[in-house]
Amino acid sequence: MTALIEPPTTVAAGRPTEPPRGGRKAPRTTSLGGLAIQMPFWVLTAALAVIFLYPLVWTAISSVAPLAGTNQTDGWGLGNYITLANYQDGILQYIGNSVFVSLLTVVLTLVISLLGGYAFARFNFRGKNALFLATIAILMVPYATLLIPLYVLLNMVGLSNSLVGVALVLTMFQLPFSTFMMRIAFESIPRELDEAAMVDGCNSWTVLWKVLVPAVKPGLITVGLFAFLAAWNDFMAPLILINDSTKMTLPLAVSNLRGQVQGVVDYGATEAGVVVLALPCILLFLILQRHYVRGFMSGAFKG
Amino acid sequence: MSTTVTPASPPVATTRTGRAPGRRRMRRSGNAVTGWLFALPTALFVVLLFLVPLVLVFQMAGSNWPLLGGNQGINFPENFPKALDNRFFMDSVVFTLKYTVLATVLLIGLGLGLALLVQESSRWKGFLRTAFLVPSALGLASASLLFYVLYSPIAGPFAALTKQWGFTFLGTPDAALWSTLFLIVWRFAGFYMLLMLVGLQGIPEDVYEAARIDGGSRWQIFRDITIPLLKPTLALTTVMCVTGSLLAFEQFYILTKGGPDNSTITVVQLIYNVAFQGPNNLGVAGALSVIVLAALVIINIVQIRAFSKKAED
Repeated sequence: MTALIEPPTTVAAGRPTEPPRGGRKAPRTTSLGGLAIQMPFWVLTAALAVIFLYPLVWTAISSVAPLAGTNQTDGWGLGNYITLANYQDGILQYIGNSVFVSLLTVVLTLVISLLGGYAFARFNFRGKNALFLATIAILMVPYATLLIPLYVLLNMVGLSNSLVGVALVLTMFQLPFSTFMMRIAFESIPRELDEAAMVDGCNSWTVLWKVLVPAVKPGLITVGLFAFLAAWNDFMAPLILINDSTKMTLPLAVSNLRGQVQGVVDYGATEAGVVVLALPCILLFLILQRHYVRGFMSGAFKG
Repeated sequence: MSTTVTPASPPVATTRTGRAPGRRRMRRSGNAVTGWLFALPTALFVVLLFLVPLVLVFQMAGSNWPLLGGNQGINFPENFPKALDNRFFMDSVVFTLKYTVLATVLLIGLGLGLALLVQESSRWKGFLRTAFLVPSALGLASASLLFYVLYSPIAGPFAALTKQWGFTFLGTPDAALWSTLFLIVWRFAGFYMLLMLVGLQGIPEDVYEAARIDGGSRWQIFRDITIPLLKPTLALTTVMCVTGSLLAFEQFYILTKGGPDNSTITVVQLIYNVAFQGPNNLGVAGALSVIVLAALVIINIVQIRAFSKKAED
């Protein structure tokens, strides 16, 4: 359980100093002969690394490279990004929509799973297990199965074609992971901590806010990161729930941009769109990689 | 930590409620009410955005419900034969199953392979893990758009090559399937590698030690120790991968648009098309959703049974 506070470093990439876990110890030879034996390994892994990184690097480079049929026909430059910027209502509109949906989803997910995790970890109430199981059961139901009735329901309550509606739906889809994650985050904190604070005159709300929130902060970061990545990248929920082209989110806008000019695909602008879509995710991932990995270590993907 | 990753407990079969460690009696009677208040937002979301829509989809499946006209009353069971008679139904089921088997075999195999490759810690292996994981940060839609350009016969880096050798990435049904599988492996292999690493870490060191003392070869150790002890992880990843693949949508919607010749229509794509493109029939789409839901529940139960049976042996 301590994983929540101190993720085991063996898996946390980018922490090279961890002693190798015995198992199949890599022969740590620096001699020339050792290198020769290791050669196939180096060639294989280097090739794999290239395969995984190449599409990203290629896209980034060719988004500024010249290509016939795009806005960047000769010489290098930002022509494709200019096409992208002027697409329909302007890319800023779509980035704004995506930022709005993502931030609202992150905030809602954090608040709900913080309160819910606290409730599940620290209180006994009627229907607790049923509610927890129902939350986890969201994972079992296909996305499309829920999105069609949600489309009808949101229409009924006046949230049709609304970014708030999309954020509500995305938050619901995040709840199984985030509730589970926050529950074990709270459970890993000794109860003595709350009890001591209670003795000092805190009530359950101030205990949560002043004592426990700082303690579960790593869990909150993981939950927030997963919620952001899911919301920023989601395609199907806005595809079904949004009809109005000014309210499209970025993935939808970039996807639609392909078929604009008389069926001729502007590949350059699409590349630029992919870069704009991918960049925040990759940066966040690289900065918060340990928190990303912790999401897996927590066991939240088990069972 | 060890408690969360021990492979000893059969993870798929256990419900998560069993996880709470021996909890003490609650301190005050007021607790129950306070607890409910804290759980209230979760309950509201689960009921309004999950349980109510779930009931609604069953109602839709039994009703005449055009997209624009709204509910026109019950017509059960008319939508079900209509769903089964859809001219793409059988094709989409067959294609989805084929895709699922291939994707699962590839992702589980490669996930495990990559995990074994980067298991120990070193600077280079840390870099490799990051390299394999970076694509997982991209959305499936972004990744599909990226490969849409990469596979393009005009703008892709292999454009000249495809012309010279006379093949296309997306032009024939088989090429489209394998190109999509490559995209999926690229996007998800790191994700499954990470899950496998977590599982591998749960295998105690002394088991390997004992096997080596007994003179087991690398292959014997892998076959007789790693694989059996990794079974819970393998079960979990297989269930996840099968579920995800059966519900595939974005990759085909963006990359192939169901083509060429409607050869890559998945079941979820069919549901989407019936509901929003063309027939606009939410009743039939609901019926299809119910069929998919039932199939998914059955397939998952069969998988979990199969894995827990093997675990007992």
